[in-house]
Amino acid sequence: MSTISRDEVARVAGLARIDLRPDEVDRLAGELDVIVESIARVSQVATADVPATSHPIPLTNVFRDDVPQQALSQQDVLAAAPEQEDGRFLVPQILGEE
Amino acid sequence: MTTDITRLSASELAASLADGTVSSVEATQAHLDRIAEVDGDLNAFLHVSAEEALATAADVDARRSAGDELGPLAGVPIAIKDVVVTKGLPTTAGSKILEGWIPPYDATLVERIKAAGLPILGKTNMDEFAMGSSTEHSAYGNTRNPWDLDRIPGGSGGGSAAAVAAFEAPLAIGTDTGGSIRQPGAVTGTVGAKPTYGGVSRYGLIAMASSLDQAGPVTRTVLDAALLHELIGGHDPRDSTSIPEALPRLADAARLGAAGDLKGLRVGVVKELSGEGYQEGVSARFAESLDTLRALGAEVVEVSCPHFTYALDAYYLIMPAEASSNLAKFDGMRFGLRVQPSEGPVTAERVMAATRGTGFGDEVKRRVILGTYALSAGYYDAYYGSAQKVRTLVQRDFAAAFDQADVLVSPTAPTTAFKFGEKLDDPLAMYLNDVATIPANLAGVPGVSVPNGLSDDGLPVGFQILAPAKADDRMYRVGAALEASLEKTWGGPLLAQAPELKTTELTR
Repeated sequence: MSTISRDEVARVAGLARIDLRPDEVDRLAGELDVIVESIARVSQVATADVPATSHPIPLTNVFRDDVPQQALSQQDVLAAAPEQEDGRFLVPQILGEE
Repeated sequence: MTTDITRLSASELAASLADGTVSSVEATQAHLDRIAEVDGDLNAFLHVSAEEALATAADVDARRSAGDELGPLAGVPIAIKDVVVTKGLPTTAGSKILEGWIPPYDATLVERIKAAGLPILGKTNMDEFAMGSSTEHSAYGNTRNPWDLDRIPGGSGGGSAAAVAAFEAPLAIGTDTGGSIRQPGAVTGTVGAKPTYGGVSRYGLIAMASSLDQAGPVTRTVLDAALLHELIGGHDPRDSTSIPEALPRLADAARLGAAGDLKGLRVGVVKELSGEGYQEGVSARFAESLDTLRALGAEVVEVSCPHFTYALDAYYLIMPAEASSNLAKFDGMRFGLRVQPSEGPVTAERVMAATRGTGFGDEVKRRVILGTYALSAGYYDAYYGSAQKVRTLVQRDFAAAFDQADVLVSPTAPTTAFKFGEKLDDPLAMYLNDVATIPANLAGVPGVSVPNGLSDDGLPVGFQILAPAKADDRMYRVGAALEASLEKTWGGPLLAQAPELKTTELTR
């Protein structure tokens, strides 16, 4: 039984900005149930009194001296750009409005 | 003569280079020849950088003759997993979305390898963005296991493990998010070590799950792993999770272990990482290895880590969540593939979706969508938050277990190498490969897989040794002790029992 619907998969794929073919949506709707089962098992022990751990080794903020570091050249940064113009990345229209 | 060079361990080769018996150019050429002879069948390499490798080798040879002070592995060739960025060398992470990408910078570990004068032979195949346990998710074809060409070499670092197992390289770099160094080591009869989280810089690794990823050595001997770990490890200011302390003395620990005395050492067998689901031959070799450790003077005790049962579930919530965030940079704007949508307005958002729909493979799409779901509004606390609590519980289990034992042990993987396609349609079965390796990533502790024999099917088995965080030296000591003792009974390394590969005649 699928608890995550086709519509839900399509919605999440939209959030993730991945175009899926209809057959991919069908397949993923079945496969994503695994996450629901995982969460059911994890919930058995993840009780309110257990603190969460984000990183394995405890960390505090790390700072460096505010001194300029060597950066990549503009040419190096643009070398792999799909398109460029006037020393900048050339990208499609950002907003969807007409 | 050339085949002899490729059979040497890295430390043996380093000794031959140091005493002038062999030059780095000869050694590098021998490995390039071996790659040309066998990699047509194996597909361990995505890119071979012969010219650059030979140039580095010639430079090291010149510096050696000039009397320069050189590092212990100078001139020893190495292969690098394609998830590590290399300036001027193509880096794809096994994905079509990065096909042809030439990074403008080196990962810190690559800088260190270059500074130490190790010729880079090329980049090795892997599951796309390191997502997989069989290398079947590479966009560039399967890598085959040198022990049986119909079987997987493990994953995600199947290329690095196969390259080392097939004598194409004495050393390789892997990365381990849930077992991607150790499990390929187990199924190819090689050594794979995952350092303590933060022990090796992550700067320049194409991240999958930032709180779990760790780069480490892939080698044929425990001493080689320790030597390579010392070379690439240590603090890096460019990785804010890098541990700002010196590494323990790792190669010394391996040499000490090889001397064979483990008196007073307590070895903890993790009860939850054995029994059901473990292949009979895997369990049998594990039991024999425990006897070996006892014979060397170790005390073997059983420990329980009850929350390890939940580790796999927590991992498959945390890893996709972090991956979905890390992979957002593949948007078709600044580097990599860009695909125009086939219809409708051409906006950045729609170009990004079309690019990712075309450029990502099935497993990457699965995990990114799974992770996006887990992080989406209303689910964050229940999903990612709960999984992080399990992380705490797993850490507490480790802490309690390390009160009773100096190292913890288990089989590295529940089975030997399986056939291509066997688990491809069943993600859960695929994920179970990592059941014994994942707890270490969740807790950040180091682990190594050491070959400990062949199963009933004639395929290699791995023995996993876990140590407390920042005590990586312990796993090398125990690993080297086990290795030395087992090799005595085998009359040589386990890989000497691997079938000879068919070689293609060189046209050079």
